[in-house]
Amino acid sequence: MHLILFLIFAGFCLAGAVNLLLQTHPINSALSLIVVMSSLAVLYLLLGAEFLAIAQIIVYAGAVMVLFTFVVMLLNVGEEEKTHGSKVAKVVGFPAIFVFFSVITTVVLEAQRHLDSLKMGGIRLSDAMTTIRELSQVLFTDMLLPFELTSVLILIAILGAVALARKEGHS
Amino acid sequence: MNSSLWHEVPSSWYLILSALLFSLGVIGFLIKRTLITVFMSIELMLNAVNLSFVTFAHDWHAVKGQIFVFFVMMVAAAEAAVGLAIIISVYRSRATLNVDQIDLMKL
Repeated sequence: MHLILFLIFAGFCLAGAVNLLLQTHPINSALSLIVVMSSLAVLYLLLGAEFLAIAQIIVYAGAVMVLFTFVVMLLNVGEEEKTHGSKVAKVVGFPAIFVFFSVITTVVLEAQRHLDSLKMGGIRLSDAMTTIRELSQVLFTDMLLPFELTSVLILIAILGAVALARKEGHS
Repeated sequence: MNSSLWHEVPSSWYLILSALLFSLGVIGFLIKRTLITVFMSIELMLNAVNLSFVTFAHDWHAVKGQIFVFFVMMVAAAEAAVGLAIIISVYRSRATLNVDQIDLMKL
């Protein structure tokens, strides 16, 4: 059951990500990013992170992507212009990505072979969920200062966004 | 063996999926020519990293890994708000979102 769910939603994830790259209109890319984020929420649920699954839906698929689609529609962005792109990106970027991906995959598969030393076992549906109670106990005791700092960060970000997007000469 | 295969997924698959999504995000960052889609690729990379955080948090039964993902989400939301405001003001001053034409800080 877990395998089937994983394959379905990992497939959705990858299809959405590839579609993001292939679409030329930003609104289509934004919609495929919503697909990626929603299927990631299901994967979080499979990994036992129920709070993060809901937060993913609300914060990412909800708030952030609404912001993106809103800006795309506000600016009336059209089709992407096809240009040659940067030469450095082609010569250095793509081989670097390939090397990065190969190294990560090799390391992970190699670590999987030595299961016991790294505690990388199989993940089952019957594994315990991390309840919101456990999460909030750590969040509001050990992590209280970073949590409060995040609220300051968000306040500053809101002020910055308002200041940047305001029309100039329009006080 | 065969029945357990249906009920469990090795955590390395999640990590490889995460690496794959991150690589797709980097590719998008390099090939996309519209400022907004470049920004979306960055969000994709952030999400890919979050997935590997959650996987490790599950493997090691560490709640702090999930809390870190929570912080990444908050910072990403703040970053999206500021970034999109910057995109709006760039569009106001240059009337284009093509990254090839936005290569100078000076107008």
